[in-house]
Amino acid sequence: MSENKMITMIIKRQDDPDQSPYEEKFEIPYRENMNVISALMEIRRNPVNADGQATTPVYWDMGCLEEVCGACSMVINGTPRQSCTALVDQLEQPIRLEPMSTFPINRDLAVDRSRMFDSLKKVKAWIPIDGTYDLGPGPRMAESKRQWAYELSKCMTCGVCLEACPNVNSKSDFIGPAPLSQVRLFNSHPTGEMNKSERLQTIMDGEGLMGCGNAQNCVQSCPKGIPLTTSIAALNRDTAVESFKSFFGSDKQV
Amino acid sequence: MAGTRGYVNRRLHSLLGVIPIGIFLIQHLTVNYFATRGPQAFNDAAHFMESLPYRYVLETFIIFLPLLFHAIYGVYIAFTAKSNLSNFGYFRNWMFIFQRITGIVTLIFIAWHVWETRIAIGFGWADLNYQLMEGILTEPFFFWFYVIGVISTTFHFSNGLWSFFVSWGITVSPRSQKIMTYVSIIVFVAISYVGVRTLIQFAYGI
Repeated sequence: MSENKMITMIIKRQDDPDQSPYEEKFEIPYRENMNVISALMEIRRNPVNADGQATTPVYWDMGCLEEVCGACSMVINGTPRQSCTALVDQLEQPIRLEPMSTFPINRDLAVDRSRMFDSLKKVKAWIPIDGTYDLGPGPRMAESKRQWAYELSKCMTCGVCLEACPNVNSKSDFIGPAPLSQVRLFNSHPTGEMNKSERLQTIMDGEGLMGCGNAQNCVQSCPKGIPLTTSIAALNRDTAVESFKSFFGSDKQV
Repeated sequence: MAGTRGYVNRRLHSLLGVIPIGIFLIQHLTVNYFATRGPQAFNDAAHFMESLPYRYVLETFIIFLPLLFHAIYGVYIAFTAKSNLSNFGYFRNWMFIFQRITGIVTLIFIAWHVWETRIAIGFGWADLNYQLMEGILTEPFFFWFYVIGVISTTFHFSNGLWSFFVSWGITVSPRSQKIMTYVSIIVFVAISYVGVRTLIQFAYGI
């Protein structure tokens, strides 16, 4: 490759949460095997835009740099994905970077994904094993079940599925695919199953999981290939049964 | 749990779309199809439906109330979506948007259709017979209005049937959902044929 080959990036920037966004264009010297993050680092090293004016360095979030933490998600050429695995050689130029608009924007490309972590708390995406005494070993999990549950556990709360979903927006309180799939994960665990009904009740709050409109963009977009729509359909079945049980049955009272 | 009303409304919306509205749609198109056997056959079939016992109860609880709920709540659902087709041009995302567009089109069509037929008949402005529909559909504008309205309705029902199977947890696996997609396409083609064939009969007498 020639020494002076440049790549062009158009970045949607925003100085703080309350200000309006603007676009800024950058020319970055090309190196082999660059990803979007190394290009952004180049801007940080030399914060000069395409017009040759000095500017503030572009701000973004990152963590693991190997697509397991979910922090560096952004919209790259229209597609929400992790910037660490977005290789410059595979992207059409100019590369357009935008923050994920579903979330509140902190600054530039960094967004506040708090709603996702709040959702995990809401649905109790954990297995309660704490007690005042040793509860002893829990029930065993079948290996075959562990294997498919592992696929669901790959979720890194990156926010791509929420960004892709047409029903996750300011007009709706739909919780989004990621936390729903976690309900299925923890409900399928032999110990987690003991709180199954409780978790199902939380996703029947408000519109709950019925806020899903089956556009199925989430499963197409998930960088971890999690079967999100299968999880939602399975929970549709579980909540339907749960509704019948709690309305007609006696599981909730003596 | 305090806030399950939205959840219950959505469940009810999904259920009513198929039972009873979807069943009524198929029944309605089938009875109308008698028109292809000539005016007399249509009049006899329509008269049979008209003279069913406790007809107002049937109409109220099988047609009007479920339809009203499904329509009003459906408008709310349609307008809470934020289309993102430009970045996510997947088949199901297209279906998602079409479902919302056809929902609105169908609502406009059905409102007009009910006004022009059932309400007009109820007030005695028109009589339920072959000539009523012939009069409406021989006008080219209304013929095409009805063609679009009927196809919009059959699409909304067929695709809605697919969503119904997902929403009630019947088709969970991707494979079953895919097969259901094919089934819904067959349903769409079949009932669209029945509906449009009847319109052609009224409009052109063939």
